[in-house]
Formats: sequence, C-alpha cells, structure tokens
Amino acid sequence: MTAEPIILAEKLTKIFTSRKKRTRTSFTAVDGIDLRIEPGELVGYIGPNGAGKSTTIKMLTGILTPTSGTLRVAGHEPQRERVRLARRIGVVFGQRTTLWWDLPLKDSFTLLQRLYKIPPDRFVANLAYYTEALDLGPFLDRPVRQLSLGQRMRGDITAALLHDPAVVYLDEPTIGLDVVSKHAVREFLSDLNRRSGTTILLTTHDIADIERLCSRVVAIDHGRVTYDGSLDALRADRDLETVVRELYLGRSLVDTTE
Amino acid sequence: MRVYLTAVRLSMRRYLAYRSSAVAGVFTNTVFGCIRAFVLIALWKQKPEINGWDLSDAVTYAFATQALIAPMGIFLASTDLGPRIRTGDVAVDLYRPVDFQAWWFSLDLGRALGAGVLRSLPPVLFGLLLFPVSLPLIPLRWIEFAVCCVIGYTVSFALRYAASLIAFWTMDERGVTSILVAASMFCSGMIIPLTIMPGLLGTVVTHTPWAAIVQMPISVLLGTQSGGFGYAVAFGCVWALGLLVLGRVLTEAARHKVVVQGG
Amino acid sequence: MAELSPRPVDERPLSGPVAYLLLVRMWSKSASQYRVSLMLTSLAQLLTTSLDLIAIVVIYAQVQTIAGFTLPETLYLYGTTRLAFGLSDLVASGVENLATTIRLGNFDLVLIRPVSSLAQALADQFTPKRFGKLVAPLITLGWALDTLPVQWTVLKILVCIGTVVSGFVIYCALWVLTGCISFIAVDAQEVSNSFTYGSEFATEYPLQIFGRPLGLALTFVLPVAFVTWQPSLYVLGHADPFGLPGFLRFASPFAAAVLSAVAALAWRGCVRRYRSTGS
Repeated sequence: MTAEPIILAEKLTKIFTSRKKRTRTSFTAVDGIDLRIEPGELVGYIGPNGAGKSTTIKMLTGILTPTSGTLRVAGHEPQRERVRLARRIGVVFGQRTTLWWDLPLKDSFTLLQRLYKIPPDRFVANLAYYTEALDLGPFLDRPVRQLSLGQRMRGDITAALLHDPAVVYLDEPTIGLDVVSKHAVREFLSDLNRRSGTTILLTTHDIADIERLCSRVVAIDHGRVTYDGSLDALRADRDLETVVRELYLGRSLVDTTE
Repeated sequence: MRVYLTAVRLSMRRYLAYRSSAVAGVFTNTVFGCIRAFVLIALWKQKPEINGWDLSDAVTYAFATQALIAPMGIFLASTDLGPRIRTGDVAVDLYRPVDFQAWWFSLDLGRALGAGVLRSLPPVLFGLLLFPVSLPLIPLRWIEFAVCCVIGYTVSFALRYAASLIAFWTMDERGVTSILVAASMFCSGMIIPLTIMPGLLGTVVTHTPWAAIVQMPISVLLGTQSGGFGYAVAFGCVWALGLLVLGRVLTEAARHKVVVQGG
Repeated sequence: MAELSPRPVDERPLSGPVAYLLLVRMWSKSASQYRVSLMLTSLAQLLTTSLDLIAIVVIYAQVQTIAGFTLPETLYLYGTTRLAFGLSDLVASGVENLATTIRLGNFDLVLIRPVSSLAQALADQFTPKRFGKLVAPLITLGWALDTLPVQWTVLKILVCIGTVVSGFVIYCALWVLTGCISFIAVDAQEVSNSFTYGSEFATEYPLQIFGRPLGLALTFVLPVAFVTWQPSLYVLGHADPFGLPGFLRFASPFAAAVLSAVAALAWRGCVRRYRSTGS
C-alpha cells in the first residue's frame, strides 16, 4: 500500500489579471495553499463565497491552470494531462446538470460508458448497483427535463461515479433538495466512501452535510487555508454552526466576490 | 398611453446596452452590403439601365437594405413573444391591464429604434465613401422615406406578431417562423431588388406585404417607385391595417383558448 | 459492486472522431424528439439555400453573361461552393453555439470530459435539419454539369471532386477559426458570420466582380478563392482574369491543409488561454 497522497498541492497559486480601461488589476484568488489528501478521505471544503473554493476545485479538475505551485491528482498533473485525468475523476455540480436534457436518463449513462471507455461488464454491474442504491429504477426511462431536482441530482451523482473514479468532487450537492433527498444523498455518499474507498471532496454551505459526512475539514478564506484538521478538533465541543460562522467572519469587512 | 411610451424607452435602452454585439452586427451588415453591391455592379455593368434603375440606384439599394435589416427585424424569427408562449411565461403578460398587441408593439418599437440608432448609419456611410452610392438631396424625399419606413415597420411588426401567436396552437413556433424568415428575406428584396424580378414572379413578389418593409421605402427615396409616394403609402397602409386586425383577432382567440384551458 | 478499480486497462482516451460521432448521434436523437419542428426547419433550410440560387437565375434573366461567365458556369460555382459549405455546416457549425456555452459557464463541463474539446464543440447542437441545405446545391450542380459544354478528362473530374472536398475542408477550418473568436470576445460572435456565410456568398460568383485588390486579398489573405474559383477556372477553361500563375488552379488541397493547421493551432491556443483566464 503506497503512501502517496491522491491529491498533493504545494504553494498552489492562481492570480487573475484583467486589463480594463488601460489599468492592469490582478486578483489573487488562491494564494500559495498546501493541500494533502490521502486516498479514501472524505473532506469538507468550506469557506465564504469568493474565498477561492471554486478556483481551487477548477484547478484540481484541470479546468483552470495554476499560475504557480505544483499540483498532482491521482498520479496526473491536471495542467498537462487534462484528458487522462478526466477519466480518473468525477464531478457533480449542484446547480448545473451534466446530463442530456431531452433524452431518457439511461441514454446519458450509455453515452458516458462510451466516452469513458468503461468495460461493459463493469458498466452493467455499476449501473445495477447505483440504480438500487439511489433508487433510480422508477425514472431511468424518463427524459431528464421531466425529473425533479432530487431525481436529477441522483442521476448526476451516478453519472459521476459510473467509471469508478479515484476522486469525486461534489459542489453543493444538496442545495435545493428536500429533507428526505438530502438525507438519502448523505447516506449514499457516506456509504460509498466506506465501501469503495473513493476519495470525496465536498464543498458545501450546509452544516448538516459537514456534520454527517466529513471527518476532515479544510477551510479557505481570501485564498488562504484558515483551518485544516479534523471535524472534532474544529468543533471542540461547541455547536458546529457557531464555529463555522466565526470562521467565516474571521474575514475582513470588505466583501469580495469571485 | 404613458405605459406604452415607457415600454418603448426601456426596450430601447435595453437594446442600446448591448453595444459590442451591435458593432459586430454592423460589421456583418457592411460586409454583406459590399458583396451584394459588387454583384449588382457586375450586373449593371452589363446592362446599364434596368426597369428605370441605374448603377448608383442599385448600389445605394444594396447598402440601404443592409441599414434597414436590424430595425425592420428581417432576420428576427419572432418577437420575444414566441419563446414566452413556449415556456408559458406569457400567462403573466396576458393578465397585465394593457392592450396585449400594443404592449408588444411598444417593446418591439423600442428595439427597432435602438437598432436604428446603432446600426443604420455605418453601412450607408461605408457605401458612400467607397462605392457609387448617391443619396438624394431633396428634403421632401427624405420625409416621404421616413413615412414609408414607419409604415413598413408597422407591417413588419404586424407580420411577426401574428406569426408568433401561432405558438399558442402549435406550442413550438420555430418551424413556422423559420420558413417565414426565409420568405421575408426574399420577398422584402434583401437578396436582390424586387424590381428586377421578371414576369409572374416579379408581379407576385411586389404585392406581398414584405414589399412594403424595405423595397418601397428605398424606392421612394430613390424616386423610382412606380406609382410614387401615394401608391407606396396606400399599399403599406392596407397591409399594415389588415395584418394588425389579423393580429387582434388571433390575440382574442388565443386569450379565449388560455382562459378555457387554464394556462 | 463498486470497488476502487485498478488503473484502466486501455490507457488511451477515446479518439476525437469517435467521440464526435457518438455525440452527433445523441444530438440527433435529441432533435428528433421534436419531429414536426424538425421537418419544418429542414424545409426552411432548403428554402433559404434556394434563395441565392433564385437570385442568380433572376440576375441572368436580365443578361447573358456576368463578368464573362454564363449561367451554367456561375451555377457551377454556386453549386460547388454551396455544396462544400453545406457539408461543412453539417459537420462543424456546432461552434456557432460556443459563444452561448462560454457565456453560460458551460465550457467547464466540456473540460471535465475525457474527450477532445474540439470534438465536443463541433458536435454541439447537431441537428439533422442541416441536410436540407444540401438539396439545392446538389440539384444545381447536377444540372450545371449536365449543361456545361466542358470536355471532361480524368484530370478535370478529379479536380471537380477535389474542389468540393478541399472546399469542405477550407470551410470547416473557417468554422473552427470563427469559433475561436468567441473565446476572445464573446459578443463578437456575429462577426464570425461574415467570415463563414460571407465567404460562401462571395464565392458563388466569379471572383473578378470584386476587382483586383479585393480579389487578390480573397486569394492570399483569406484564401476563399481556393474553395471553388481557382480550380473552376481550370475545369471551365477560363483564363485567370487576375493573371495568376497556372499552378494555383491545383493548389486547393494545399490551401485546405494550411488553413486546417492554422485552425488547429488557433483552437489549441484559445483553449489554453481559456484555461488560464477562466473565461
């Protein structure tokens, strides 16, 4: 069993420069953060809006290229090996779907099998498992545009997992869901992490998500890590919501938006 | 009345906000104006006078038509109305205490004015500088031109309005409206002047409502309109009124349908 | 059951062309959900492409020749360029949607897939209605080939086929290049239309109607003269009114190759830039 972390970021930095009206302004979204995540961890990634969460995730998934620093995910450099890395990661966007709008849910899955080159027997087994675990049966044949938010989210989660990724990123997966659906998603993620050892990185504003799922919490603000440790240590016998709020308010009075 | 004027003003302001896409549009208009001008020049070089038009008439026509594309909404499949019917948002509009048709007229007029301000002048200027475009210096002609433009615009709106109402019955107006766009491109004289179309085709095409939108105002400006200003106004008004009435009839039918169906 | 799988046996990602075809099939399936609308818009496409044809016929109702070209000869130009363009539109016009995709932030979704971004962009919103654009040029080309008083040799037939093929490649490269405009200025997407549709329109007629300076620009700066004009001079047996050397008649494939290379580089550069600036 190798001790190599599945995500290793060192002095990871992203600076956006814009040239508007002849003046050059630069904005440091992520400021030299170090991040080390071992395989099988379930990490909560929190911070106020504009803190640099999305930017970090985009660099980890290969969407954005870092300005400086080193980054390795699942044995690949996201900057240089976007396509190779893409086969080993899954992404779930809480507010956008990656599914095909007008076609039955299962058609999206069949397409993904081909795009990710999932071996047929593996695909069949995985699909059967997720259909059962997330109760997709009733609406596999329905066009995605007719699904409720909860159903669509379960579809999106399945879509991100069918190819057995090493790392899964979930960006606000429970947003807008009703209480029952939230519970179902949380239970599923916890179960997934335990059974398969899939590394999960979860960004969320929902305190209950963190409480239920994350053993480890990384907090970011103004592009810097403000906390990186266990959930218990963060809470320290106090109410989690209060602790997080204090953490968020540790920021200056100037409100920055991304 | 004030409601409608506000609608016009707001709609126009919204259009004016998208300046860079208007600039892009002007570029495209100018390029196409040039290409059409070259084609017509090649034709008129072979035959210097066709149906009372000379070379400078033809070239002026090429650029003037490009100037009018945006305000007259030739390429607009429908007003925003069509998509709103498809998504059901139109229910909100139907409950407003304003006249439905007049409301949409105001919105579209604002758009047209904005488009006119941003996009009509550059192609013509370009043509004036680099091509044998000649615009008349007689003020009366320009007044007649303006009147015909207003009538032509009304015809254009009435057509598009009536067409988008089809969406109440077919739920997807895109098929119907794309055929309409094809027809309007040709019959308004955007591709080639209606006046050079031969025989039966020419006769038919010069009597469709589209003829009043672009061809007639420009012909009046150039002084080549057969039957003169009077004929153009009469022709335009007849079509405008007819189509507006059709629009009102369809609006009532649609309103009735919505009430009966419950949305 | 879902266990952490070992590294995939087949290391190579899915090839671009295969991914493109898969996506095209999905989009077609999506489009055929709206059958009536599809048929009507196909008809509309057919009509719109016929308008330019009718324009040419109307013009020739007034005169016998334009710039020294007869009606069958101009219809040959029209047929070849429209056919090449229609085929390229079929394959590549997905990039027209790039501006909207970027504006909505959905290009990120493209980048998380283990597939070429260009393949995804080209396939975007594919719809079978585009086949409607091939009808008019096919019929016209058939008529023109039948009517033209050309002495057909093997070489001429090859050049004729090569015209449509190179033209197709040149237009595809143009589509990709105009798609790149959306990366740089999202609002300028309409400018792309003047390069794609404008080039097609301009090449329907004998190039000399544009005069010498513009004609040369359309040969060496924006090489649309190689879509049909140059090779057609050979097939139709006309002398080059601009007096350009004879080997250019056969240079279309070369022009197509060069433009494709430029387009590929431009695309790669633009995606790199997007990944650096995030927008």
